[in-house]
Amino acid sequence: MEAIERVYREEFGRVVASLVKRFGDIDVAEDAAGEALLVALEKWPVDGVPPNPGAWLTTTAANKAIDRIRRESHRDDKHRAAVMVSDPTPHEPTGVVEDDRLRLIFTCCHPALAPEARVALTLRLLGGLTVAEIAAAFLVPETTMAQRITRAKAKIKGANIPFRVPDADDLTGRLGPVLAVLYLVFNEGYLSSSGDEPVREELTGEAIRLARIVHALLPDEPEVTGLLALMLLVEARREARVAGGELVTLGEQDRGAWDRALIAEGHALVRECLARNRPGHYQLMAAINAVHTDAPSTADTDWSQIVTLYDHLLAVAPSSFVRLNRAVAVAELDGPEVALAEVDRLDMTTYHAWHATRADLLRRLGRSADSRAAYDAAIAATDNSAEIAYLTRRRDQLAG
Amino acid sequence: MTQYMISVWHDPADEERMEAMTPEQMQQVFEDVDAFNAKLTEAGKWVFGGGLETKESTTCVDARGGDAVVTDGPYSEAKEYLGGFWVLELADMDEALRVAAEASKACAGKVEVRPFQAE
Repeated sequence: MEAIERVYREEFGRVVASLVKRFGDIDVAEDAAGEALLVALEKWPVDGVPPNPGAWLTTTAANKAIDRIRRESHRDDKHRAAVMVSDPTPHEPTGVVEDDRLRLIFTCCHPALAPEARVALTLRLLGGLTVAEIAAAFLVPETTMAQRITRAKAKIKGANIPFRVPDADDLTGRLGPVLAVLYLVFNEGYLSSSGDEPVREELTGEAIRLARIVHALLPDEPEVTGLLALMLLVEARREARVAGGELVTLGEQDRGAWDRALIAEGHALVRECLARNRPGHYQLMAAINAVHTDAPSTADTDWSQIVTLYDHLLAVAPSSFVRLNRAVAVAELDGPEVALAEVDRLDMTTYHAWHATRADLLRRLGRSADSRAAYDAAIAATDNSAEIAYLTRRRDQLAG
Repeated sequence: MTQYMISVWHDPADEERMEAMTPEQMQQVFEDVDAFNAKLTEAGKWVFGGGLETKESTTCVDARGGDAVVTDGPYSEAKEYLGGFWVLELADMDEALRVAAEASKACAGKVEVRPFQAE
């Protein structure tokens, strides 16, 4: 049963995308894919999993869709006509690899859709997550999530949002929202914004799987390569990042527990980006993580390289978050006093990591009372149980 | 193909900006919009379009109760009001967003894209 659901989830995006292409209707595709699962759950345990489960599911789902269209055509010829229209605009070859899943991800992440709807649609239609799972991941009631998805699908239909890979001229701009969605899914999994589960593997895994698909389909887009590398290098440290329900910071992690295969893959992708020399936001973050995962310890880390990479990052994507992370590297290079001055210039009082960074720098400067107050503020600003456990321990270890 | 309404919306800040325009600047906007319209007509995308008189020229009519009740002024008391619109026949939302960006540049205003219901 579990094996069937795993295969189904892996194949879901491909099945739905190919049916959307064929029938021009997302609801028809989604319902038919759901019906195909029911058939699989009934037949596979008896007959065994077919040699090409994806093709089997697509064929079964397509037959279900045709049945439905036939049924409805008796009732409503107009609806039948609407459903049968498939990709009415002939697509001009752009030199970009065509794949139905790639078309679907651009539809789901269309700029005319609300950002929160893009994430939900991508996880539903490409990731095969249920509405209940998506609602749980983003901590909203299931009815709210169902409405959000329904509304987005209605807009795709009503506004004729195309099922198409953007033309080469628009591709880079349109790729931005796609990568943003994947990164958001990854981050929500990597550092769950609240709840008892500090890391949600299903979300980081899903984001990586989707990023791999986009990378396989668009291997020459350096930011796609960069995003995949970034995810792999962060994911490689997942096991070492939480111990006994407590967050373990980079400096204290057992580097022997890092996933060497993911690191090797991530490093190879970063080298590919360097060779291409068209740096961008995700590539620079990947490069920073490559430097970290290259070092046997904090002391052996090339901090000046990291500060330089943060400077490049600030040039392409200036933000307080980048400045805060840069300050952490500056502390290693120029000492905690210089870093603290930089941190104190940032207006991020509602962000737990700002307080946590200050707390650590103040601790290193021997300012225990100030540090304690900063730890308290950091604890108050996060709901992540592993972070609270870590911050509480550090606070309680302060001298005096 | 889908028909879209691309409408131009004004608010008090726009009004100020438009009033401060020199005749040369106004002339430039007219020329840009004319060129944009000509291009759409030539491409067979034009259905209908035009600029509207000021909101002070608006009249409301409500005949739901049988007799028509006529009132001076717009239906909505919002500060934003419709300044004009195009109805265009376009391939899909991607084209609609591209054309809307051109429309916004041509008329020097903020525009809204809304699809017509399928027949």
